[in-house]
Amino acid sequence: MKKIRALIVDDSSVMRKIVERSIRQAGIDIAEVREAANGAEGLGVLRDQSVDLILCDINMPVMDGLEFLRQLQTVENAKGVPVVMITTEGSESHVVQALSVGARGYIRKPFTPEQVKEHVAPLLENAK
Amino acid sequence: MKTANEIAMPDKAPESWSPLLELAAREVFEIMLGCKLETQNAAGPVPSDFTAMVGLAGQLCGLLTLRCSAHSAALMASKMLGADVKESDQQMWDAIGEIANMIAGNFKNKLTGMGDRCMLSVPTVITGSDYSFRSMADTGPLEVALLFEGAPISVAVEVHS
Repeated sequence: MKKIRALIVDDSSVMRKIVERSIRQAGIDIAEVREAANGAEGLGVLRDQSVDLILCDINMPVMDGLEFLRQLQTVENAKGVPVVMITTEGSESHVVQALSVGARGYIRKPFTPEQVKEHVAPLLENAK
Repeated sequence: MKTANEIAMPDKAPESWSPLLELAAREVFEIMLGCKLETQNAAGPVPSDFTAMVGLAGQLCGLLTLRCSAHSAALMASKMLGADVKESDQQMWDAIGEIANMIAGNFKNKLTGMGDRCMLSVPTVITGSDYSFRSMADTGPLEVALLFEGAPISVAVEVHS
């Protein structure tokens, strides 16, 4: 698997670090990680550069994860990039909403690196 | 530790939710911090240097709080990040807020049918023990007192009936 560039969108800087660590512990080789504290910042990052994977929270101030997913569809650099939601909002309706607006995976907090691997690795394999 | 299925299905009375609240907290600490919370046999005072709050809105409406000492908050952040976090570090605020957020999410997802009908606020963290607050809840707090690395912490939920 090639080294990937990832964008992690979460209002908690601690959680962004934990997500990055979990990706590394899952055995996924990371070339670069970009971080954003909300959906609006995430869109800003993607207007400047492309990434191979996006991991995104739902509950965030300014722009939440579901709105980020909706607006992502208009960003050229994000076309075809898999998005996995990592969130405390584990309800069925949130999962359905996220998947219906483009998310490719859904991980509930608290989570283990094994869960990250289980959800993320197949998406990266398919994208090769 | 009991699983959610081993705990009797909760009825609508908040006082019966205590095992689920405790389980929700234990799971977050085990999975995200890699440590087991211990049962506090003799309930004593819990330091309130740090209080993290997460609002619940919708069918389940109220407030979840996590209280602990500054030392415990720094230790929680250190364990989450796998790096030493000092008691003056801003990451401590972020970490305790995120722990409260995960406990709140884990708790509501364990209440049958509540996952879809309850929303969480982003966390708020306050410091200092010389304060009082009113959550506007009309039931007394459902509080679970536990030991984190030997130090007392409190997880509580207050709800509107």
